[in-house]
Amino acid sequence: MGQSSQEDIQKTYQQFASKDEPKRPVIMNCIKAFIIGGLICVIGQAIQNFYLYNFDFNEQTASDPTVATVILIAVLLTGFGVYDKFAQYAGAGTAVPVTGFANAMASAAIEHRTEGPVFGIGSNMFKLAGPVIVFGTTAAFIVALVKTIIIQLGG
Amino acid sequence: MLQGSQSWTFANSPVILSTGVVGGPFEAKGNLSRDFDHLFSDLWMSEASFEKAQTKLMEEAANASLAKINKKPEDMQFVLAGDLINQITATSFACRTLSIPYIGLFGACSTSMEGLALASFIVDNNGGNYVLTGTASHNAAVEKQFRYPTEYGAQKPPTAQWTATASGAAVVGKTGNGPMVTSATIGKVVDMGLKDPFNMGGAMAPAAADTIEAHFTDFNRDPSYYDYIVTGDLGSVGHPLMKELLQQRGVQVTDEQCIDCGLLIYNEDQKVQAGASGSGCSAAVVYGHLLNRMKKKEINKMLVVATGALLSPLSYQQKESIPCIAHAVSIERGDWE
Repeated sequence: MGQSSQEDIQKTYQQFASKDEPKRPVIMNCIKAFIIGGLICVIGQAIQNFYLYNFDFNEQTASDPTVATVILIAVLLTGFGVYDKFAQYAGAGTAVPVTGFANAMASAAIEHRTEGPVFGIGSNMFKLAGPVIVFGTTAAFIVALVKTIIIQLGG
Repeated sequence: MLQGSQSWTFANSPVILSTGVVGGPFEAKGNLSRDFDHLFSDLWMSEASFEKAQTKLMEEAANASLAKINKKPEDMQFVLAGDLINQITATSFACRTLSIPYIGLFGACSTSMEGLALASFIVDNNGGNYVLTGTASHNAAVEKQFRYPTEYGAQKPPTAQWTATASGAAVVGKTGNGPMVTSATIGKVVDMGLKDPFNMGGAMAPAAADTIEAHFTDFNRDPSYYDYIVTGDLGSVGHPLMKELLQQRGVQVTDEQCIDCGLLIYNEDQKVQAGASGSGCSAAVVYGHLLNRMKKKEINKMLVVATGALLSPLSYQQKESIPCIAHAVSIERGDWE
């Protein structure tokens, strides 16, 4: 059997297999993500207001304790084994806010606890969150560069 | 004895003298909880790591199978076992405890039948009087290696399968009271170029169909010979694909005849997407549930086809496709009482 006929067989099967493959319910997932993600933001806003009106914070400084509180809640829910079950339903709704980032780090840290604090937690904690930092920083740098050039050119 | 191109006939009919089946807390809530010898109420199983818990699963299943026939590890000539974790450490550690001459196997989720086929071959050819075989998988230990951390909130697609926390072991002997292992067909590695590790059923279905077709060709047998053709584990995505592939190739199997271990072990309310997987799943379902049914004379003959996806997280990240394999073993009730 030649190389090309083997490829044909593979292609035929791939088409055949994808015909009945259950697809991700993308539209429903988007709606759920929109609602849950929005709810998380509403909770975040409530926490920010709490800090604004009860403590000596202004609009800008209040966001720091707010993010810290939201992260704390996400990490606790991860530890109690609730977050992943909720995320199966919410999808991007729980992944995109800062809660998703907190969950990525906490879950990896918990998972690799058995390999010790240094090689386990230390080196695996950023396993999932690391790429976000790397490409987030790179993207921010490029955007800043473009912005600077445009400003310089525009006078 | 070689039969056809890739099968063995076991003329001396080795017998499955005893089996041991253990599972985890999630399996305890499933459909087949009554068919387990022991169910752990905690995923950690009083161990310090999930890997150690998997070792314990293997040990407990092996010990349960030995205890039922009043045998000790030293009565066994060999143990043939394996699992899914890197370098099959969980199995090797369990065999360190058992201290039986050990042959480690890797066939991913096909290990259960790879082990039973080889154990029967050894016994059939006078290579030993008693050979132990088995495999285990632990949800958290296996998912940790192949997928994301257990608590990570990634949304799984509907084609994904859930790694079962289970182990099954069997003692194969020369003579005695038990179901007979009559033949086996060793599968080829089949790769249809699928690359999605969240659709193992779709990737493995052609391997299962290939081995089943080869089995019927080698023995010049009609599929109606068997009450059941049991696959493990194609799930709700792969199982219909396999049936369609067999129809296309002129192997006339009926819908009632084809069952899948990955679709039997859990119930409707357990949200496991396309079904169960993991090497322990087919071992536990076959050595527990299905042999219990055979004992009750509900099944006379079955062909068990265990399927394995031979990928690693590295091969997947390097954009390699998923090679798959399936091994078939024929188990018959004979005059088992």
